[in-house]
Amino acid sequence: MLKNYFKIAIAVLKRRKFFTFISLFGISFSLTIIMVLTAFSDHLVDSSYPDAHRSRNLYISMMRLTGEKHGFSQNGPPSFYFLDHYVKKMKTPEKVAITSFHQPTNTYINNKKLTIDQKFTDDTFWEVLDFEFLEGKPYTRQQIDNAERVAVISENVRRKYFGDEPSVTGRYIETDNIRYRVSGVVKSVPITQFATYGDMYLPHTLGKRDPQDKGLNGDYFAILQGKDASSLPAMAAEYDDIIRRLPIDTSRYDKISSRADKYVASYTRLFIGNQDDSGLNRLLLYVGLVLLFFLLLPTLNLVNINTSRIMERSSEIAVRKAFGASSGTLALQFIVENLILTVIGGLIGVVLSFIVLAIWNNSGALEDVYLYLNYKVLIISLLVCLVFGLMSGVYPAWRMSRLHVVTALKTY
Amino acid sequence: MIHLQNIEKVYRTDTVETQALSSINLNVAKGEFLSIMGPSGCGKSTLLNIMGLLDEPTRGSIRIADSTADKLSDKQLAHFRNRTIGFIFQSYHLINDLRVLDNVELPLLYRKSTAKERKQLALEALEKVGLSNRTKHFPTQLSGGQKQRVAIARAIVGQPEIILADEPTGNLDSAMGSDVMDILIRLNKDEGTTIVMVTHDENMARKTHRLVRLFDGSQVQ
Ligand SMILES: Nc1ncnc2c1ncn2[C@@H]1O[C@H](COP(=O)(O)OP(=O)(O)O)[C@@H](O)[C@H]1O
Ligand SMILES: [Mg+2]
Repeated sequence: MLKNYFKIAIAVLKRRKFFTFISLFGISFSLTIIMVLTAFSDHLVDSSYPDAHRSRNLYISMMRLTGEKHGFSQNGPPSFYFLDHYVKKMKTPEKVAITSFHQPTNTYINNKKLTIDQKFTDDTFWEVLDFEFLEGKPYTRQQIDNAERVAVISENVRRKYFGDEPSVTGRYIETDNIRYRVSGVVKSVPITQFATYGDMYLPHTLGKRDPQDKGLNGDYFAILQGKDASSLPAMAAEYDDIIRRLPIDTSRYDKISSRADKYVASYTRLFIGNQDDSGLNRLLLYVGLVLLFFLLLPTLNLVNINTSRIMERSSEIAVRKAFGASSGTLALQFIVENLILTVIGGLIGVVLSFIVLAIWNNSGALEDVYLYLNYKVLIISLLVCLVFGLMSGVYPAWRMSRLHVVTALKTY
Repeated sequence: MIHLQNIEKVYRTDTVETQALSSINLNVAKGEFLSIMGPSGCGKSTLLNIMGLLDEPTRGSIRIADSTADKLSDKQLAHFRNRTIGFIFQSYHLINDLRVLDNVELPLLYRKSTAKERKQLALEALEKVGLSNRTKHFPTQLSGGQKQRVAIARAIVGQPEIILADEPTGNLDSAMGSDVMDILIRLNKDEGTTIVMVTHDENMARKTHRLVRLFDGSQVQ
């Protein structure tokens, strides 16, 4: 029986090549988009090298100063001074790492320009993050305090700057006309890992800031590491308290807002959130709606196609009924046909997803960004596809099976 | 075999009421080959559809193969048709998406059978209508006469006791028409199948056991 359903389903699909193509394309394309998007968001969100413990980290990356009276508003990363004086002294985190955002510098090798992104850090940075040292070691507290020109460079920069040399520790690298001694080489971090990416890591004392500057805004951020995930609320609360007690320069502003957030929330708050709402739940809602929409679209398309096929197939329906198919059996047939279509579309979607991700991973479009299929999402999407396939078959099947034999026989 | 008692059929729409059949009393004996004639619109198809349990009469009762057809559920009706009746239509009503063999197997799909049995029975039925060499064709690749022979094979594959044929030669030229007629006569003779056939052709009707004439929904002979 199933084999016969399959036969007729394939035959119907082959006859309506264009519509079949549209349906299959809709289903598989939607699935592929979902899979690639989730692979990418997994890459962005999941703990990954070298930020391996996101579940017990909080991030402080923004600080907003507002003075309604003066029409004053300043929003940006906090300063090293603020993080060092207030955040470093917090009791609840085990460790606090301070680092700058990356800044580009230029160097020339064999008359070819090479851009090197520099990142200024403290010594705790190397403890909070699990960098893999291919050679050498990080700079020490002592070296930072002495403002020694020492650098940890990425594997990419080693290859581009020094070529295939096996060891470069102790050698010098020059960029923006300043020479640094290489202290170690780490495995490269992709640029999508915003908090940790850099080509060259340097002591924060080499940064271009004025040591006398005691402003709150600057270009640094902090990673607070707790003992485990359960210490995060206390850490966030302690930070809120610090912000509340921070002295206010009432001549310019009257309100300071800044939060210590989990990794994803630190970004959503930046783009779609505000002081009280990190925007994370809203983002999840939006994403959910978009995914549902992506799956709903091919479903509606299927319902439409199936319904318009009823008249075309009325002779078949009449004949099957005359020769002993009950309405239920017929409805089942059309639902199975639809499921077959959906499953084929789903399988094409899976294959397409694999291909797209493989192409991405081989293209090097973004250095060191490797994407992997999220099997959990894949299975959920396939199930949703199936459910929608079922649903999109039910209404047309019901209409078809209700068709009166005598009426259907006349339409020929 | 078929007993129709005081059958009446009225089609009602919002504006008109059509009396398609009025007080039809008709008995068809087992093994009989009956033909029905009458002008277009006199209710021949309606009568045949009622005999085939595809349509319900407005009034009257039907007994077929010793069972009362009244008050059967959709599922029971389907099962009964599958077991007892084979249909042949003027416009063939083959499924164009399926090959000849699959078209012929169709009635067997709705009863317990294995793929092997279905194939075996379908090949035998095609043999009887002389189309063993067209099993892999699609209906669109066949002539009208061949299509109708496939339709006959489909009607007989389940070995029903009754065949109902609504103008089976209506779309065919006389040569192809008499081929089809010969097959029906042979079926009736060799297997004892009861056949009721609607026709416009006096010559065809003359070859059957008995002729019933309809006029304006009433039996006139
Ligand atoms: N579904 C229907 N609704 C209304 N009237 C119908 C319907 N089917 C048939 N009729 C009418 O019933 C009469 C008999 O039709 P039919 O049995 O098809 O005639 P025949 O097969 O003898 O040409 C005709 O007058 C036709 O118009
Ligand atoms: Mg008719």
